Amino acid sequence: MPILAKWYDFRDLGNAIGALQDQILDWGAPDWVPYVVSGIIAVVGILLWLLVSQIVFIWIERRVIGLMHNRIGPNRVGPMGLLQGVADAIKLLLKEAITARATDKILFWAAPIAIFIPAMVVFAVIPFGEGMVLSDLNVGVLFFLAIGSINTIAVFAAGWASNNKYALIGAMRQIGMLISYELVQVFALLSVVILVGSMRMGDIVAWQSGNDVWMFAIQPLAFVAFIIAGLVEVNRSPADLSEAESELTAGYHTEYSGIKFGFFYAAEYFATFALSGVIVTLFMGGWTLWGAEEWVPGFLIFVTKLYAVFFLFIWARGTLPRLRTDQLMSFSWKFLLELMFVQILVIGLETLIWREQAYDASTVLPIFGVINWVLAIGLVVLWARMLGHGTPRTAGKRATLTQEIGKIYYEGAAGPGA
Amino acid sequence: MDDTGTVVAFWAMAIMTVGSALMVGAVRNLIHAVIFLVLSFLGVAGLYITLSADFVGVVQILIYSGAISILVIFAIVLTPRAGRDNSETSMLVPGVVIAGLVATMLSYAAIETDWNISSREGFEETAQAIGEALLDKYILPFEVAGALMLVAMLGAIIIVRAEGAESETVEVEEVEE
Repeated sequence: MPILAKWYDFRDLGNAIGALQDQILDWGAPDWVPYVVSGIIAVVGILLWLLVSQIVFIWIERRVIGLMHNRIGPNRVGPMGLLQGVADAIKLLLKEAITARATDKILFWAAPIAIFIPAMVVFAVIPFGEGMVLSDLNVGVLFFLAIGSINTIAVFAAGWASNNKYALIGAMRQIGMLISYELVQVFALLSVVILVGSMRMGDIVAWQSGNDVWMFAIQPLAFVAFIIAGLVEVNRSPADLSEAESELTAGYHTEYSGIKFGFFYAAEYFATFALSGVIVTLFMGGWTLWGAEEWVPGFLIFVTKLYAVFFLFIWARGTLPRLRTDQLMSFSWKFLLELMFVQILVIGLETLIWREQAYDASTVLPIFGVINWVLAIGLVVLWARMLGHGTPRTAGKRATLTQEIGKIYYEGAAGPGA
Repeated sequence: MDDTGTVVAFWAMAIMTVGSALMVGAVRNLIHAVIFLVLSFLGVAGLYITLSADFVGVVQILIYSGAISILVIFAIVLTPRAGRDNSETSMLVPGVVIAGLVATMLSYAAIETDWNISSREGFEETAQAIGEALLDKYILPFEVAGALMLVAMLGAIIIVRAEGAESETVEVEEVEE
């Protein structure tokens, strides 16, 4: 990328910040001042972008789901309802934040903050462009997982402090989901890390652009598993059963109102943006687009891809029904995790062969891609057959007993006790 | 430990770690104690990172703050005393005495020992070094530890299932009737 390295080269906003740093040093400030200033500018920039994206996407999500559901969606506030997000935000800010008398006051107050911080901190390791990353940790991928795992504590604190049985049940469901799918997430990311040989987000993007291939073309199984696990982790439909309103009113944030609820709402959005960012970075080439990044600013490419992935989540929410909790759990433990074990083994073997024989990347990667695609489809089909999901159902039977996890037995069909 | 940033970070993390650890003992609510324990774990992770052990630091967050604390929470929720207030205890004085003695002993050892300060540069990327050591030189202990954990897990499942397995099928058939 031919970088002019002048402050007005906006293909990389790092240039402007670098120029500012030099300027500050010229003024005779101590060494640490430029770092603090540039850090604050970057954090404020990311936060502003997040807030604006969130407000816009609240409107987009509601309108798009409205279209998918054959209804209109919000269209009253402003032209085409465009100001709906702003109105929602103002409403959340101004509403009374009720604290019930029997709540655990300290935890009740701390939980929204504790859930909000990790959702923002993750953006520290997501590269928006070449060099446009707050902190390119060499354990970036692991950092994403670690920060995500703090969520469980915050969710439990919210559910427990509410002193409300629905809140506690919702929190416990959410914790179960987070723990179950964290393993799948770890394994999906591990297979990417094995192939690239680095946990630094920037290195993974550079690997993909260097080999002219997006990671999901080579590792389809990890890609799909990571999307599913991510959907569960950020608690969005079809996996939002910890706030299933027909069963639990609103799950672990039942008792929250006003801006405290706003924090939960915003944290969910931010976490989804972060997840989309990680998917784009690890599986879809990050800020690169086959050379277009030389002319188009890398962060615009990244953000566009991120919005596209976010749209996928909206799509899933608009189309798929909510899963039952046992279905979701068994899908993780009995289905995805086993596939991930095989995936890790195969990727490890491929990487080993590649390293030992020192093959050329352009010859070996297409072969790996074909092998992995065949393996992914074959494994999914076979494993589903083995678990009994693949057999065609006999039509017109009434479901009598939902008994074993993930299966429905029909009258007359073979099953225990039938 | 020379530049200002590291010193500030060290003291902030040290205060967070020790302060939360003290609060774990001081608060009379078990759930609050667990939350303070998580804060303490996070402080330890921060200390690791100031020592440029980034991999260990992040793993500390992942394992201790994320997983171990959830285990502790499950254990507490399952106890009958998981309620709001656990004010009465007869172990206050012995507990404080033992904790004080251990703290004194450890600080004495830490201050009096002639620490062997290594002069080599810190690792740039600890993750790779740890990975290579685990899967190359120390592969046998690594595998043994893995097998041990698998055995422990299977043992736990078998202990739990030993009684529950039969009653479950009975229950299902009752529903069928």
